[in-house]
Amino acid sequence: MFGTGAWRFGRLLDPYAEMSRLRNEMNRLFSVSTHPFAQVYPAVNIWVGEHEAVVTAELPGVNPEKIDISVLGDNITISGVREQEVLKENETYHRKERNGSRFSRTLQLPFRIAAAGIEARYEKGILKVTAPRAEEDKPKKIAIKAA
Amino acid sequence: MEKEALDLQKQQAQNPLETERTRNRKVFVPKVDIYETKDAMVLIADMPGVDDQSVDITLEKNVLTITGNVESPVYEGKALAYAEYDTGDYQRAFTISDEVDQDRIEAVVENGVLRLTLPKAEKAKVKKIAIKAE
Repeated sequence: MFGTGAWRFGRLLDPYAEMSRLRNEMNRLFSVSTHPFAQVYPAVNIWVGEHEAVVTAELPGVNPEKIDISVLGDNITISGVREQEVLKENETYHRKERNGSRFSRTLQLPFRIAAAGIEARYEKGILKVTAPRAEEDKPKKIAIKAA
Repeated sequence: MEKEALDLQKQQAQNPLETERTRNRKVFVPKVDIYETKDAMVLIADMPGVDDQSVDITLEKNVLTITGNVESPVYEGKALAYAEYDTGDYQRAFTISDEVDQDRIEAVVENGVLRLTLPKAEKAKVKKIAIKAE
């Protein structure tokens, strides 16, 4: 009798444990989705053509010398620093909406990149990287012979 | 914390202005820093895609309006495969006080960032009053 009672007791406890597990899981899920470091910056647009791809990113007010672009296989990494203005003494902010920080983004393109042919331009606060497709990764055209 | 995390991207304008625009394009609100120095107010706006030709600043009565026109890029023979941001014009307006010397406002656009210097009028400059010890 006692055994069954304890078993039933255990069954009663179970749903609470299950609920708290669920609650913890939900908390974890939502805390991750709004985590400041999970943010992607900068936002990018990718244009893909037959022989090359163009990656553009809005990076206003960044010193172009502080932007690094590196390539590995079909991955391209854009990183750098967006410097914040340092106020002097007796200067105060009325409004501060612009952010400044380190940023880094790795993007995978649909083909291998010819690292030697990469071209990057920074104009009007927009970074534009043209990444050509590697020669060995280009599709081969196969001629069909007539019998 | 959460708000800060969401603020990284530019926000689309809720209502560009009460008037409607002739150009049927998206309008964004540029992110702005405003700080006050001893002699001036400095306004810095992030407007990627604008240069000194495409930005327009008007001051009417006490309303300072910043407008920037951005042309959407077109790449021949390429298709937009992945997009995280949209391009469009920028517009934002601020009410500024009479204390700004409206004739000496300076504007510079560099790397997609507009920097406006609004010098304080002479009469508005703070006069420091020395406190005498008895």
